[in-house]
Amino acid sequence: MSLEILLAAIAVLLLSGVASLIVRRSPGAATFVAVSGALLACLMGLVAAVIVLSGGGYDYLEWAWSIPGGSFALGVDALSAVFLIILFFVSIPVCLFGVPYLRTYGSRQNLGAAWFFTCLLIASMAMVVLARNAVLFLVSWELMSVSSFFLVTFEKGKPEARSASLIYLVAAHIGAALLLVLFLLLGRDGSLDFDQFSVAGNAGLLFILCLLGFGSKAGFVPMHVWLPEAHPAAPSHISALMSGVMIKMGIYGIFRTITFLGNPQPWWGWLLLGIGVTSGTLGVLFALAQHDVKRLLAYHSVENIGIIAMGLGLGLLGLSYGSLPIAVLGFGGAIFHVVNHALFKGLLFLSAGAMAHTTGTREMDKLGGLLKRMPWTASLFLVGSVAICGLPPLNGFASEFLVYMAGLYGSTGTIGGTAVAGLVGMSSLALIGGLAIACFTKVFGVVFLGEPRSVNAGDVHDASPTMTVSMMILGAACLAVGLLAPFAVKALIPVIAIIAHTPLGIAREAVTRATAPLYTVTSVSLILVGVILAAVLLRSMLLRGRIVRTAGTWDCGYAAPSARMQYTAPSFVLPITGLFNRVLKTRRHRERPDGLFPTAAAIETHTPDIFQERLFRPILAGTERLLGVFRWLQHGNVHIYVLYILITLLVLMFWKMR
Amino acid sequence: MQEAVNAIVALMILANFLLLGTGSLRAAIRIVAIQGLALGLLPLLVHEKGLTLRLAIIAVLVILLKGIIIPRVLMKGLRELNTGRGITYYVGPVASLLIGILVMGSSLWWGYLLPLPDQPGYRLAIPMVFFTIISGLFLIVTRRQALMQIIGYLVLENGIYAFGVFFAQSESMLIEIGILLDVFVGVFIMGVMVFHISREFDSIEAGQLSTLKDWFRERRKSTETESPS
Repeated sequence: MSLEILLAAIAVLLLSGVASLIVRRSPGAATFVAVSGALLACLMGLVAAVIVLSGGGYDYLEWAWSIPGGSFALGVDALSAVFLIILFFVSIPVCLFGVPYLRTYGSRQNLGAAWFFTCLLIASMAMVVLARNAVLFLVSWELMSVSSFFLVTFEKGKPEARSASLIYLVAAHIGAALLLVLFLLLGRDGSLDFDQFSVAGNAGLLFILCLLGFGSKAGFVPMHVWLPEAHPAAPSHISALMSGVMIKMGIYGIFRTITFLGNPQPWWGWLLLGIGVTSGTLGVLFALAQHDVKRLLAYHSVENIGIIAMGLGLGLLGLSYGSLPIAVLGFGGAIFHVVNHALFKGLLFLSAGAMAHTTGTREMDKLGGLLKRMPWTASLFLVGSVAICGLPPLNGFASEFLVYMAGLYGSTGTIGGTAVAGLVGMSSLALIGGLAIACFTKVFGVVFLGEPRSVNAGDVHDASPTMTVSMMILGAACLAVGLLAPFAVKALIPVIAIIAHTPLGIAREAVTRATAPLYTVTSVSLILVGVILAAVLLRSMLLRGRIVRTAGTWDCGYAAPSARMQYTAPSFVLPITGLFNRVLKTRRHRERPDGLFPTAAAIETHTPDIFQERLFRPILAGTERLLGVFRWLQHGNVHIYVLYILITLLVLMFWKMR
Repeated sequence: MQEAVNAIVALMILANFLLLGTGSLRAAIRIVAIQGLALGLLPLLVHEKGLTLRLAIIAVLVILLKGIIIPRVLMKGLRELNTGRGITYYVGPVASLLIGILVMGSSLWWGYLLPLPDQPGYRLAIPMVFFTIISGLFLIVTRRQALMQIIGYLVLENGIYAFGVFFAQSESMLIEIGILLDVFVGVFIMGVMVFHISREFDSIEAGQLSTLKDWFRERRKSTETESPS
C-alpha cells in the first residue's frame, strides 16, 4: 500500500512539474502549480514513508520493462523510508522558500523550467531510493544529476555559475561511470535486480568502486571539489536540497551496497574511517578559511559527510571484529547524522539564502549587524549553527554523541583494532567539533553582530514571512529531534538492523542497551533548556518596571569608531588558520603601510581548494595534453571524417571475410 | 516473382553505377529517386506470403518519401541555391567508376561467402546491399558539394534498408516507420545545413566547413590571452 502512495506522490511531482513548464509564460502560475503539487506530493510521501518506518514493513513491486536488463522493480524498506522522510520533509520548506526567493527573477528567467527541474529532482531522488533494479537505479541517478545540473545553471548569465555547473557535470558523470561498472560486476550472474546480485569473491573491489562512485556524489575528500563550486552557484533553496538531501543519496548508495556485500573485512572499516577523518578535518579547515557564506557551508557539508563516514567506518569495524555495540552505535550515529545534517544544513542554507537575498551579497566581510535588523533569520541561523557544531540541546549533538559512544566503546573494549579506531575517531571528532565552533563563531560574529560593513547591509529587514516560516519548520525540527533523540534513535532501529545484517530483535536489544546514556544526556539538555528559559524569565522580571537605556559600547576613549575597525572574518580566524597553513596554503596579497603617516594599505587573502589546484588541475591538464596528440584527426573536413568510417568498414569486411 | 526481384536488384546496382559516373546534380537526384522507387517495390515482391496491410503501408511510405518527397525537396533546393549544376569531385567520374567495379567485385565475393540463408534464389541481393552501402559512403567522401552528400547518405540508407528487407522480415512496423522518420529528419537537417553553408560561404562545398575549425581556434586563443589565470 505504502509503495502505491509513494508512486502516486512521484506521479503528482512529475505532473505538476510538467504543468508548470506548460504555463511558464506566467511566472506566478508556474510557481503556484509546481509548489502546490510538490507540497501535496511531499505530504503524501511523508505519510507513506512514516508508515513504512514505524511498521518496519517491506513492500515490493515489479513491472516488466522493455529495456535490456531493466525491470521496473521498486521496493521500500526501513532504509529507503528514512531517506524518503528526510527528502520529503526537507522539500516542504525548500519549496516554500523558493516562492519568494525566485520571485525577483521572474521577469528575467524561466521560472517554469526552474520549478520543473525542482520537481524532477525531488521525484528522481525518491526513485533512486525506491529502485530495486540497477538500470532503473542508474536512470533515476542520472535524472537526479541532470536535473540538479540544470538548477545549478539557473543563473546562467554569471560565468561562475557556468563553470561551476560544468565542474559538477563532469564530477557527477565520473561517479556515474564507476557506478555502472559496480552494477555490471554485481549483476554478472545475469540479472540486474538488486535481490539477485552476487558478490562472487570480489567484494573488496566492489567496495572500492562503491566508495568512489557514491563518494563522489556524497563529497568525500578528494572528490568533494564540486561541492564548494556548485552549492554557492545554485539558488539557495536548491543548495539546501542538494546539500541536505542529494549528497545523502551517495550515503544511501553506500549503505545499500554494504547490504549486498556480505560480511565486511576490517580494512573496509579502516578505509572509511580514514576517509571520514580526512573529509571531516579538511572540510572544516577549508570552511574556516572561506569568505563566502554558501561556500563555507558547502565545505561544512564535506565535514559532516566525513562524520557520517566515520560512524559508518566504526560500524563496519565493529561488525568485522564482532562487536555488536560498536556496530549499532556507529551505524546508528551515521544514519542519525544523515537525518540531522539534512535538517540543520537545510536550515543554514535557507537562512544564508534569506541573508543573501535581502542584502544582495554572500561576502561575510560586507555584512554585519544583521542580528538587530533581521532578528528571525539571525536566531534561526544561530539554531542551525549550534546544531552543526554538535552542541546540546540540538540534534547535531545527539548523533555526534552516538559516534563518540561508538569510539568510547571501542577504546575501552578488549579488541586491539577497535581500540585504536575508537581513539582515532574520538580525537578527530573532538578536533572537528572544536574547529566547527570556531568557524560558526566567526560567521555569526561577523555577519550578525557588530555594525554593518557596507551600505547594503545597513538598510535591511527580515525576509518575507514565507521564508521565515520555512526556516522555522526546519529550526523546530532541529530542536525537536534534539530533545527527543532517544525516541528518534528507537525509530531508526529497523534501519540499523538492515545495515548491520542483524535480526531486528537482537538489534533492538543492542541499540537499547548501547544508547542508554542518551536518556541521561537528553534529560540534562532538557534541564539546560529549562535553565535558559528560567534565566530569560528572571531577566524580564527583574527589568520590569525599570528604565532600560541603551548606550554605545566602550570604545577605548576613541570617540568615532567606524565599522571598518571591526574584526574581519579572516583576521578573526587567523590564529587557527595560521596553525594549519601547511594544509590550507592561504595566499596573501599585501600592501604594507608605508612611511610615518601611511595613507593606503591593504591585505587580501584567498584560499583555493588544494585538491583542485594540486590534484585535479594537473591531471586534467595532462589529459588534455595527452589527447592533444590526436588533435590532427579533428581537422574539420567532413569528407575525411566519413572516409574514416568507410576505411574502418572496408578493413573490417576484408579482415572478417578472408 | 523471383525474376522481378532480381530485376529490381539489378536496377539498384545500375543506379549505383550511374550515380558514380554522372556529372550532373540534377541527374543524380533523378537516379536516387528511381533507386528509392525500386526499393519501395522490393518488400512487396520479396515476401512470398503475399500482400499484407503492413507491407502495403511501408511500401507506400517508402515510395512516397524516398521516391517523391525527398527528391522534390532536393530539386527545389537545387533551384533555389545559387550554384552550378555540375558536380565537383575529389575523385573524378572515371576513377569512381573503376573503383565502383572493384567494389562490386569484392561485394560479389562477400555475397558468395555470406549467402542468404533461406532464399537461395536471390544471389545478387547481398552483393547489391554491400555495393550500395559502400557506394553511398564513397559518394559522401569524394563529392565536394554538400548536396551530393545528402544523396550519398540516401544511397547508404537505401542499402541498409534493402538489407533489412531481405534479412529481417519479422521486424515490427514501428521500427521500420521509425527508421523512415530518421531518414526524413536526417535529410531535413542536412538540407538546412546546406542552406546555411551556402549562405555563409557562397558555395555548397562541404570542405569549406573546415574553416570553422580555425575560427574556433582563433576564438580560443583570444579568450586565453584575455584571461591570464
